[in-house]
Amino acid sequence: MRNRKLTPYVLVLPAWTWLALFFVIPIGGMLSLSLTTGNVITGFQQTFEVGNYVNAIGTYWEQILRSLFYGGCATLVCIALGYPMAYWIAFKGGAYKTTYLLLLLLPFFVSFVLRTISWRFFLSDNGVALGPLKDLGLLPEGFAVLNTAPAVILGLAYNFLPFMVLPIYAVLERMDPHLVEASHDLYANRFRAFFHVILPVSLPGVFAGVLMTFIPTSADYVNAAVLGGTDNTMIGNVIRTQYLVNNNYPIAASITFVLMGLLLIGIFSYARALGTERVMEVHTS
Amino acid sequence: MHNRSRTGLDPALLRGLTRARRSPLELPGPTRRRTLQAGGAAAAALALSACGVGGQQRDPAADANFWEGKERTGNLRWANWPLYMDSERTQIQQFTEATGIEVEYKEDVQEAASFFGRIQPKLANEDDLGYDLIVLPNGFELAKLIELGYLVQLDHALLPNFTEYAGEIYRNSTFDPGNKYTVPYASGITGIAYNPEFIDREITSVQDLWDPAFEGKVGMFSDPQEIANFGLLANGVIPADSTPEDWEAAADRLREQRDSGVVRAYYDQDFIQPLTNGDLWITMAWSGDIYQQNSEEGTNLKFVIPEEGATLWTDNLMIPYTTQAPVDAIELMNFLYEPEIATGLTEYIAYISPVPHAQEVMLEWAAAEDGERADALREMAESPLVFPSEGDYQNLHNFVVLPTEEQDGFSSLFQAVTQS
Repeated sequence: MRNRKLTPYVLVLPAWTWLALFFVIPIGGMLSLSLTTGNVITGFQQTFEVGNYVNAIGTYWEQILRSLFYGGCATLVCIALGYPMAYWIAFKGGAYKTTYLLLLLLPFFVSFVLRTISWRFFLSDNGVALGPLKDLGLLPEGFAVLNTAPAVILGLAYNFLPFMVLPIYAVLERMDPHLVEASHDLYANRFRAFFHVILPVSLPGVFAGVLMTFIPTSADYVNAAVLGGTDNTMIGNVIRTQYLVNNNYPIAASITFVLMGLLLIGIFSYARALGTERVMEVHTS
Repeated sequence: MHNRSRTGLDPALLRGLTRARRSPLELPGPTRRRTLQAGGAAAAALALSACGVGGQQRDPAADANFWEGKERTGNLRWANWPLYMDSERTQIQQFTEATGIEVEYKEDVQEAASFFGRIQPKLANEDDLGYDLIVLPNGFELAKLIELGYLVQLDHALLPNFTEYAGEIYRNSTFDPGNKYTVPYASGITGIAYNPEFIDREITSVQDLWDPAFEGKVGMFSDPQEIANFGLLANGVIPADSTPEDWEAAADRLREQRDSGVVRAYYDQDFIQPLTNGDLWITMAWSGDIYQQNSEEGTNLKFVIPEEGATLWTDNLMIPYTTQAPVDAIELMNFLYEPEIATGLTEYIAYISPVPHAQEVMLEWAAAEDGERADALREMAESPLVFPSEGDYQNLHNFVVLPTEEQDGFSSLFQAVTQS
């Protein structure tokens, strides 16, 4: 009996240790750092300086809002591109499903930064994509995509697309095809079958996909740094600069917490609006 | 058993994530919530016990007798920037041949600021960095290292080559007067580069970077000091003599440039590709990068020192105080000042050598060789980008030198321009 009581604790121990070492301790340290004052020369003293947060929000609200906006746009692009992809692979992929999934993932075996940099070549003003269109007179000479907001959003969407496709695919793939047949038996056309059967069943996948794209894209700094121009700075770039360039650890840490707070609020209201409980249970009940 | 019936299908994973899990016999086990509560308590305890980050300044007096009793170890670890020596590591081979000291060469410095961020905590902790010799530019990081007392004071008795061969300008730097802590590795000019394929007029002035005719085709550097210099020069102010009012005015000038739409983006260092393919027509640029690009890729990019002047920066060799091999490190510093060695290094990196004598040696080599290499050597020896003339030097300005407590304000002022 005693053993039985201990078993669950023993089983949870590795996960617990991992969480403590790599999440709880660092985040505790960062929280304390965000409330310090000082600089690298004199050191940082724990003064419980809440002003860091006021300062961070006051100075960087624009970049914070922009990041959430870019992240949101990239997520929508991912849904628009990823849902049909997942749908097609799940229902029309036939025997080649795994091949298609592999093809989807293949580019992601290349380093993140390299992939992003290659977009620079592709989107260059006279490059592969725009050059011919300009030669044909379809675009004005001065037209540019690289170093603009759309380039950043495109880069973000591209880099995180599989995180949207895979969860949706996972849900659609294990959906019982008889459900669709049943709906047709009940005189649903394809349109209604999709909106009343397939879409609701796939919502948990979309929900997971949104979490897995919106959070990392909002916090990303590589795409803005590589593909952005003036006025495209995201909050990740600011955190990086504050941390690595200015060694202003307290401000960097407080911006991090502000971003984390905003994302958590966003996620919870989203979950509430969508009714996660029900979404998660759609096909469990 | 009710759990089972409710989860009729099978997503055990989803269930595990969403619901507290109980053993079928309903024994009181650890719920996720309880686990998290315990975790929260641990976090709170830690947060309370943590207390800031140290940054204690070292007392330089502690190093008064640093060199006493120090001996050669035969092993040297050197951190340098990528592409700052040929892939054969010719100069290191020559050094090892001459002294028997083995060198572990690491291209670990990618960016001054992040490198500083990496080594600072170790130095504060008196830990070995894994490097006995590092290379950093004149800039805020170097100033911080000096002020923190993290660099070894050089014994110039061990640097006879430096005393004999270093150029005048490289002995009187504003950032390390008297070369107490550093000796130059290589220097470069930050000037203006443009692509004559797209610009068919002569570029002569910093003001050209503000020209609306180049809308969306102008590149600027994102480094606060570099871009500040150009904002100051555009306003007719000499960077080294500037005051805080000048900085404000320069930042305003740069903001106006950004908001007028001429600036395409702010670059760290990757401005060459866009300049070559036409994404940029004109940009702030480093002399050596343009020289290398033209000589290796056959491009015809132009580099100019504008009439308002350009800036001269220097990458410096220095020894962190936690070094394990100070004597080996200073021997290497001294070795790099031998004219033949300095010439070989310059031939590859195409940046300005602190040994002016290298120009003569290079011409001698060119005369002794023939064919392509002779041409390349002669061309380089005659290039003002690699061997600036007396007149060019008159037009090259030093960076703004600031006490460390003013650096943050200065950086923020210009980061507000570049990180909008």
